[in-house]
Amino acid sequence: MSSFCRFVLLGLFGISLLPACYPPPALAQENPYFVAYDHYLEEPGNLEIEYFSTFGTQRNGNNFHAYWAEFEYGATAWWTTELYLDGQTTFHDSTVFTGFRWENRFRPLRHEHWINPILYAEFENINGADKILKDVVGHDVEADKAGLNAEARAEREREFELKLILSSNVKGWNVSENIIAVKNIKNSPWEFGYALAASRPLALKASAKRCTLCRQNFVAGVEMYGGLGDRHSFGLHDTSHYLAPVLAWNLPSGWTLRISPGFGLNDNSHQFVMRWGVSREITGFGSMVSRLFGGRK
Amino acid sequence: MKAIAAALTVCVSFLAVSVLLAQSQNADKPTADAAPKYDPTLYAELQKAPEKARNRVNPLQNDPDAVAAGAILFQQHCAECHGDSAQGSRKAPSLLAPEVQKATPGTLFWLITNGVVRKKMPVWSKLPEAQRWQLVRYIQSLGAGAPESPAPKL
Repeated sequence: MSSFCRFVLLGLFGISLLPACYPPPALAQENPYFVAYDHYLEEPGNLEIEYFSTFGTQRNGNNFHAYWAEFEYGATAWWTTELYLDGQTTFHDSTVFTGFRWENRFRPLRHEHWINPILYAEFENINGADKILKDVVGHDVEADKAGLNAEARAEREREFELKLILSSNVKGWNVSENIIAVKNIKNSPWEFGYALAASRPLALKASAKRCTLCRQNFVAGVEMYGGLGDRHSFGLHDTSHYLAPVLAWNLPSGWTLRISPGFGLNDNSHQFVMRWGVSREITGFGSMVSRLFGGRK
Repeated sequence: MKAIAAALTVCVSFLAVSVLLAQSQNADKPTADAAPKYDPTLYAELQKAPEKARNRVNPLQNDPDAVAAGAILFQQHCAECHGDSAQGSRKAPSLLAPEVQKATPGTLFWLITNGVVRKKMPVWSKLPEAQRWQLVRYIQSLGAGAPESPAPKL
């Protein structure tokens, strides 16, 4: 790895530690999902910094640890924009930076409904060594990740991804369905995928005392996701699918911890995927940056 | 190397957009953190609550812990914009205003649930229904002057 790469990675690591020094905490009441999205956007002007890891087993290859940092900003109450930086370490191979993603989520409706739609648009510029498994689409299978990093990173993947996010709240449960369509800007067919999720806080009423281990601070659920083939071969053959229990712990200090052991549901899937993550929200980030650059005091 | 350069470019663009948005959000606002002048039009959204929602009764009206729990929730989720004592700030109006204090519990619940998305108040249906009712109890308790249970400092 060049010294420039080291410098950039150290810088990113430093940025991810910034929230620890920044005083105003915000209990974000985050959902526990790693792959699926619900219909809640970031609060306007807030920046959420997140770090996630994915450990995956690999047959006919080396296990890997993939990770990504997310910078999620609430531009308005109906628009959230987010930047991802991805990397991975394949054991007995190497560590590589695999690219970036820029996503935007829009809320088209003013009020809450039985089913709440969110429109999602993302551009990603990653290489073939990316293994974060943030979404599984088309005919993505375990064997795709078995190659050496040196070969895989030579493949460029510049893709547009669209999602229709549908999300409902029923008796304390959140139920979310994501329909995914991805198009590589090279001459590749549209690929499709899905993510389904449900979660619920362990207690619906808040405690009258401030507490860290109260049941209402924990949100548990399950998510399921996988590919649905492409435009030429839509369906479940040669696709991979996963089922993963999820758990989030929203600490009163403003931090959120998440964990999720995932299990492949067929022979095309990684047998086991362990995910964990940590996030923290910086309230009033937009105003802070504005003041930094001479905006209104 | 190219990918890193591209990532840095995106980072810088992201920061620039953040600054522009933040400045546009602040452009029409008075001094930072000062409570805004009383403006009845800020409360117009309350009038839009449907009849059915307006008439809903708070199921936690007689819950002795609801105000204290609501105070904690308020500090965690609302005080950033509405102020520690709900007095309002440059970001969001006062909740001590008569329009809010005279509103029915159902109206407040409806507003918290739906937000005012076009005016930067987020949807708060991510909080379970019981917690939104606890918030309503706390907000209404402010109408008597001092809160029944002062909001704890976090």
